[in-house]
Amino acid sequence: MIDIIGLIFISVGFTFDVFGCLGLVRLPDVYNRLQAATKCVTLGTCSILFGTFLVVGFNAAGIKALLCMVFLILTSPVAAHAIARGAHRAQVKLWEGSIVDRYKEDKEGEF
Amino acid sequence: MRSRIVLFLIALLLWSLLSWMPDWQHLLVGVFVALLVAFLTGDLFAQRAHILRRLSRYKYFFIHYLPVFLKECFKANLDVAWRVLHPALPINPGIVKVKTHLKSDTALTFLANSITLTPGTLSVDIDKDNGILYVHWIDVKDKDIEGATRIVVERFEKLLKKIFD
Repeated sequence: MIDIIGLIFISVGFTFDVFGCLGLVRLPDVYNRLQAATKCVTLGTCSILFGTFLVVGFNAAGIKALLCMVFLILTSPVAAHAIARGAHRAQVKLWEGSIVDRYKEDKEGEF
Repeated sequence: MRSRIVLFLIALLLWSLLSWMPDWQHLLVGVFVALLVAFLTGDLFAQRAHILRRLSRYKYFFIHYLPVFLKECFKANLDVAWRVLHPALPINPGIVKVKTHLKSDTALTFLANSITLTPGTLSVDIDKDNGILYVHWIDVKDKDIEGATRIVVERFEKLLKKIFD
């Protein structure tokens, strides 16, 4: 029974990871792509890890999977934040359909 | 000093979880590694170690913050999946400014991470002195600083203030 629940979690995780990759291809600029990459890939991968934990149970591999979930949730937004900030500082343009860029307005003099 | 002890305990716990099941050999090596880590980076870890002792903060974190966070995270995934699968690609992106009243580094880190993992928003930069966050929003509903603050930040700000400030 618990194996089946674990496999369901793993399949849901795969589905969300695929959506994240589709987002990477379809969305127009680096910031929008980061949105798809961080959100879908974080929850998708966490779901896969949690499914793994359910399947293998409370042993060495299961505990490592749980630890990986915690660190993934902590680090993936930080990485996205760093990439977005770095891209903006390197003057990567927003997509031409973007409607507002307050960051550029405020940081005009600093570059 | 206190921050080093906290870091030492956390590093030791992490080590014993990573080398499950812990026996005395693993634990002995773990003590040395944790001591080294605590010695090298201890002063960076918890500047205000005294707040770790307030139990009500843990209650707020696990009972009030975590369910809200997981719910928003799941909604964010469905939202992105919907946008990606929609043939017309319904996005309306932009970078907006939001205000925050949080002061401590930990609270700001958690706020920025929460914003990144919730529907449609991604924190780009923090201006800590003025309490301003720059947030990339995939579907801008309000260009105004007050309106954007109300939609993006307020879900988390009160809880995080109770937990970390």
